[in-house]
Amino acid sequence: MKMVVKKNKYVCLLSMLAFLIILAAVFAPLLTGGVDPAASVLKDALKAPSAEHIFGTDKLGRDVFVRVIYGARISLSAAFLVVFLIFVLGTVLGVVAGYFGGWTDAVLMRTADMMVSFPGMVFAMAIAGILGPSIRNAVIAVALVSWTKYARLARSLVLKIRNRDYVAAAVVTGSKSSYILTTYMIPNVIPTMIVTAATDIGGMMLELAGLSFLGFGAKAPNPEWGLMLNEGRPFMQSAPWMMIGPGAAIFVVVVVFNLLGDALRDVLDVREE
Amino acid sequence: MYTKQLGKRLLQTVLVALGISFLTFFITYLAPGDPVRTMFAAAGTMPDEELIQETRAAMGLNRPVLVQYAGWLCGCLKGDFGISYAYHKPVAALLMDRLWPTLKLSVFSMFLMLLVSVPAGMIQATHKNSLADHVLRGLTFFGVSMPNFWVGLLLMLVFCVRLPLFPVASFGGDFKSLVLPSVTLAFAMSAKYTRQVRTAILEELSQDYVTGARARGIKEWKILWLHVFPNALLPLVTLLGLSLGSLLGGTAVVEVIFSYPGMGSLAVAAITAYDYPLIQGYVLWISLIYMLINLAVDASYSLADPRMRQKGQRI
Repeated sequence: MKMVVKKNKYVCLLSMLAFLIILAAVFAPLLTGGVDPAASVLKDALKAPSAEHIFGTDKLGRDVFVRVIYGARISLSAAFLVVFLIFVLGTVLGVVAGYFGGWTDAVLMRTADMMVSFPGMVFAMAIAGILGPSIRNAVIAVALVSWTKYARLARSLVLKIRNRDYVAAAVVTGSKSSYILTTYMIPNVIPTMIVTAATDIGGMMLELAGLSFLGFGAKAPNPEWGLMLNEGRPFMQSAPWMMIGPGAAIFVVVVVFNLLGDALRDVLDVREE
Repeated sequence: MYTKQLGKRLLQTVLVALGISFLTFFITYLAPGDPVRTMFAAAGTMPDEELIQETRAAMGLNRPVLVQYAGWLCGCLKGDFGISYAYHKPVAALLMDRLWPTLKLSVFSMFLMLLVSVPAGMIQATHKNSLADHVLRGLTFFGVSMPNFWVGLLLMLVFCVRLPLFPVASFGGDFKSLVLPSVTLAFAMSAKYTRQVRTAILEELSQDYVTGARARGIKEWKILWLHVFPNALLPLVTLLGLSLGSLLGGTAVVEVIFSYPGMGSLAVAAITAYDYPLIQGYVLWISLIYMLINLAVDASYSLADPRMRQKGQRI
């Protein structure tokens, strides 16, 4: 019991940090004093970090700190959207395939096999690049290559309880499939799926930022962290601060969400015992 | 029995490969707009309608999609992956040129990764919950969360710009140009792998034979290196195979940062230029290599562990 409380305190702390990050993204205009992240002031170009611009300015004189804060909006919403999409798609397809079996299952599992024997990043790059660089297309690409993991997991969880007596009883007493799915299967699957989703947020953020860095995601002048790193690269010699702020932002946010995901997983495992 | 399983697995692989070729071919149909126009636009010319129609016909783009797919697949089977739009050279030759550098980069970064993660994981497992274990766990955590493109940029900033020890652009092909890209790739991988080594060794250390060996008074280092390590190696080999596969695909970012002349940077250029044959060739090649590695890992698994041959779970 003591363990649970201790772990929960840790989870609370991490949740608060995550919440703070989200708040920073939501209230970006307040936090940055209403400075427009896209407003270029050419006479201030490539200024080193100072009290006025704590992360320095970029080649167009835009404040890097302001852009980093606004970047949280893009990175967070894109990563959450990807995780949400693959969570819903994977859970629904996996549960259906696991419960009904047959050809639905066969088609789904062969597709999943194919995706596993495929380096995801290569495929995501190709899809995002060909669809045309935009953050929406990057989200589509990452979701397309990642959903099978969730489908497999949901399916295996369903198969575990599929032959339990209470499910058999429900079938025998004439419950509809839709009723069994929503009352027995989905609630059984959801906790594990949520934990997986939580641990994946950080990773998805990294993948999306990677795509943007390569030029297959967000487009200028959007303040996306991966894209900002890419823009900072040619100025490595003269303005290295251009890549410190965005990189540190990705790192910190990913650390917080990874820690939170791991902590949630630990806490839920304790309860299951 | 063994041959039969292997045959079945091979058949499965062929089917998956066919599926992948299908997906790969149809990636290009995702593109908004017409490949011929995009091609001319990428080349910077504005052709008239007649030339566009002629080019379409010459490229076989007027045929039904499935016929095009069949034609492309037949070509691929014969080793003809088409002609790159941007380079006007056979795709196979272009990829072949870049295959070796990428392979070199992947293998060298895996070597670096093993050099770090095996000892680190071992220390963690043998000194569980010690200070070293906690420190290393923290480090692996940071390693996993660092974006590898940021690691690459920071390494470049420190070792190419501030202390000019290494070349900024790595197209020389000498050993020096291999170091920083490999370190970047090894960085995140080592973190992941250290965790795996730790888990695998801990699992073996809890086995009865270890207690037995200790009871017989065998020295701890002997137990660790002669008994535990070979057994823990098995799950690690699987993972190693998988990492090599994903590395081949994941080198793109690092290759771009360091201007390394590998398949990844070629692919990024191809995608940016809408060079469809080259993109298709790249995706197909990487997937096939990835599948072959997986197959080899599975086969080696049953070679290394005779029990697998009987149970046939892995093959």
